Amino acid sequence: MKHSKLTTVSALSLAVAGLGGAAQADDLTLCWAAWDPANALVELSKEFEAQSGHNMSFEFIPWPNFADRMLNELNSGGKLCDLLIGDSQWIGGGAENGHYVKLNDFFDAEGISMDDFAEATVYAYSTWPKGTPNYYALPAMGDANGWFYRKDWFARDDIRAAFKEATGRELGEPKSQKELLEIAQFFQGREIDGQTVYGAAIFTERGSEGITMGVTGALYPWGFKYENTPGSYDMEGAVNSPEAVEALEFYKEFYETATPPGYTNSYMGESLDAFKSGQVAMAMNWFAFFPGLYADPDTGGEKIDFFVNPPQNQEGSTLGGQGISVVAYSDKQEAALEYIKWFADPAVQQKWWDLGGYSAHKAVLESPDFPDSAPFAGDFLEAMGAVQDFWQEPAYAELLIAMQKRMHDYIVADQGTAQEALDKLIEDWTEVFEDEGKL
Amino acid sequence: MSETPMTRAASATPPSVARRIKGLSDRAIAWIFVGPTIFLLLAINIFPLIWTVRLSFTDYKANRAGREIKNVGFRNYERILNDSDIWLNMQATAHFLFWTIFFQVLIGFTLAYLINKKFKGNDLWTTIIVLPMMLSPAVVGNFWKFLYQPQIGLFNYIVAFFTGKDPSSFEMLGSVDLAPWSIVIVDTWMWTPFVMLICLAGLRSIPDYIYEAAEIDRASKLRQFFTITIPMVLPFLMLAVLFRGIENFKMFDLVVQLTGGGPGSTTELTSINLKREAFEKWRTGYASAYAIILFVTVFGLASIYVKALNKVKER
Repeated sequence: MKHSKLTTVSALSLAVAGLGGAAQADDLTLCWAAWDPANALVELSKEFEAQSGHNMSFEFIPWPNFADRMLNELNSGGKLCDLLIGDSQWIGGGAENGHYVKLNDFFDAEGISMDDFAEATVYAYSTWPKGTPNYYALPAMGDANGWFYRKDWFARDDIRAAFKEATGRELGEPKSQKELLEIAQFFQGREIDGQTVYGAAIFTERGSEGITMGVTGALYPWGFKYENTPGSYDMEGAVNSPEAVEALEFYKEFYETATPPGYTNSYMGESLDAFKSGQVAMAMNWFAFFPGLYADPDTGGEKIDFFVNPPQNQEGSTLGGQGISVVAYSDKQEAALEYIKWFADPAVQQKWWDLGGYSAHKAVLESPDFPDSAPFAGDFLEAMGAVQDFWQEPAYAELLIAMQKRMHDYIVADQGTAQEALDKLIEDWTEVFEDEGKL
Repeated sequence: MSETPMTRAASATPPSVARRIKGLSDRAIAWIFVGPTIFLLLAINIFPLIWTVRLSFTDYKANRAGREIKNVGFRNYERILNDSDIWLNMQATAHFLFWTIFFQVLIGFTLAYLINKKFKGNDLWTTIIVLPMMLSPAVVGNFWKFLYQPQIGLFNYIVAFFTGKDPSSFEMLGSVDLAPWSIVIVDTWMWTPFVMLICLAGLRSIPDYIYEAAEIDRASKLRQFFTITIPMVLPFLMLAVLFRGIENFKMFDLVVQLTGGGPGSTTELTSINLKREAFEKWRTGYASAYAIILFVTVFGLASIYVKALNKVKER
């Protein structure tokens, strides 16, 4: 009797909860960075509003303040965000500090399979501990650091002839990091249509993550590793390997010989500005910006083309991108999960890509039409096949700030040698891992 | 009987309040008035200070609420005092403090001396000169960032005009040698008017009859300047130095806007470094120890300075 009463009460509660879920319209707030794909997501989410009856609000924070603002929000148990598209490096802290809802049961109940998403993105954006089937996010926005260049300049006969004369080879998309530098140095200070132009816009920003994201674009192709054995935190010989030293010296040479004057504290915005103003022949930036760049009336269309971060000793691109998580402090988790379920649908993912977001769903990426669906789609696929990410540890912010300092001190402020910078970085990171009790 | 302030206050007290305080001693009433202020002072200033001291001996991290807090003794203090990078931040702060105060006092006093001379348009010039200090540091930082831009910045073009150098051949904010001076220039531009106003107040407080007596004694203008003007303005000057010293020791916004602490860590003042430790790395225990060291330093130096200031005033 008691058992049947309990069953009845439970069934009633479930029915009421179910009815409530269906009838009650919630105001959901989704937090993300303020950039082009965020606008696409606003557009995409209108469909969810129409289907579910929930209202979507958005809190978009400019990139330089995004980490500070959002991590403070999570650390204080804030209820501003019901859904958060957080940076890949936050996943460790999000999981260990209880900021993100674990999604395994939800995925199982709703039939959402992580096998349907690109492996690299699941590994980077969703899992903690790394590579284990413990999911705290759904891959939302695949991204990597890539390159774009002035196709119209590269096609000009006078410039091609001058390049051939200077280097003995044809001007084209670089096939290695060293070719990339050679092309950038060729354009540095060159007069084109009466204007002095420069080689390339690279990341040198000090305050948030800029220079680290830029320099890893050189470190990874040279074969940089964070640890000798994954999970062991033994960094000596990996972080400061001869290849890493060479890559760091390369990036410094790039900064000194092939970037515009005053380019000492530059990140995404400055890179876009330098390219759009016709100041540079090439620029590095996240694939997320490429749809907007291609659509630019002055420097887009036929004037622009894209290439994946060139290899050196191996292929390697710096991972960007984010997963979408449900914030554990939200009072509207049911509705937030509804959004995730809707977002995981292949048809929605296809629309997401069509609008300018980078879907990580295999149904989109493995479609035969995908490589030709945009001028940068093939490069994006190639880049995502060889991405590496920064530490995703709960103490990632300390690790990142240490790297920002050491890299900026060496590359921009010209202090010490590459070997010293990497040796000091190991000291900093060792101290962090000791404090964390991992060493 | 004439009305005194006491009787006026008594008659203005509502009867319900009068009934409640009837029988309370003067001391008790005084405590009732002062109590809330003391409570606020304790809650907002003293308690956080004591709590900071307590945290400085732990490995507490404010972003990891569930993590076990360990007592680490003096380890945070040892790490800070043995960290060569922090000493470089201290040097950068000392450089910034010394040169900003030096230039602001020199130029501020000179401007005050000139403005103090009665001339046509005196008030207009005073208003124009004090404009920079009315602006927000964030605005000033962004504004000067453009002025310092090596390709289009006005500052580089002005220097180029006088020196014949290529404007884009030097980077005020990007060069290790020039960046510390670039922040000194901007802070001096912004805050010299403040020093000027204090000096002006000092100059205007000197009675004319002292100069008249000196004239009668045939003292030269130079003699009057060194034996009357400087000694009588000195307490004001010292006060200006104290204000600017305290302000610039905690300088943050302007420098963050201009250089973000770079290039490298060349202009990373202690306040910027402390903010990184506390609110970016979230090493709360370590940052607390850092804050205590800075507090003791500023408090100690300020106390010595205030004693010196009092001696000068007594003369």
